[in-house]
Amino acid sequence: MSFEINGKTYETDEEGYLADLADWNPEIAGHMAKEDDCDLSENHWEVINFLREYYDQYQIAPAVRVLTKAIGKKLGKDKGNSKYLYELFPYGPAKQACKYAGLPKPTGCV
Amino acid sequence: MSEPTVKRFMYINRRAPYGTVYSVEGLEVALIGAAFEQDVCMAFIDDGVYQLKKDQDTSATGIKNFSPAYRALGDYDVTRLYVEGESLQARGLTEDDLMALTYEDEDDDWAEKPSIRLVSREELSGLIDQQDVILHF
Repeated sequence: MSFEINGKTYETDEEGYLADLADWNPEIAGHMAKEDDCDLSENHWEVINFLREYYDQYQIAPAVRVLTKAIGKKLGKDKGNSKYLYELFPYGPAKQACKYAGLPKPTGCV
Repeated sequence: MSEPTVKRFMYINRRAPYGTVYSVEGLEVALIGAAFEQDVCMAFIDDGVYQLKKDQDTSATGIKNFSPAYRALGDYDVTRLYVEGESLQARGLTEDDLMALTYEDEDDDWAEKPSIRLVSREELSGLIDQQDVILHF
């Protein structure tokens, strides 16, 4: 599968995750979000940027439980809980946010 | 609904990290077991001890260096990484040659503690006996 932004084609896997992490740019996140009828707010970006940093450091996309805990540690308890994260990313915070961030599907996600 | 069953899983790694996919797949499966909140530990024997070697550099091979992912194990509550002393010694390695992997102990005010535990072959055999599920990579 693939999609196009400004004349450039980006390859994805069959579930829409970006094939090459290095292709990522913020426009891609915006494009994917639009496809899901989701407007990216500052709060969304906070999570997306967090995931990119996490991947940079650990080379894996974290499972939702791990993401929740890590967000709580970094951004505070009011954000490190499933309710907050599911409101931002109703398709599953790890799955949907990882996709927008250009990461592979999280480890431990079925 | 009844409480989910938690089993004791041990993932035994005996191969060098690169050249085959066993190590990276083994780590991935261990993370999946942990994501499903099982009681997960890992053991490193034979060439498997090389997986925990610090300062891995794969740039000349074109293969992704996945060793930073071992540092995420603590976040997944995988806090026991048993390394067989005899295997280390046979390869001229000591604990100082391994990554300093740690976890934060929730029951001890999030104190940072080492995840790597050096064990003898005999101790490891006792630990294997205590598991419900053993997976080899």
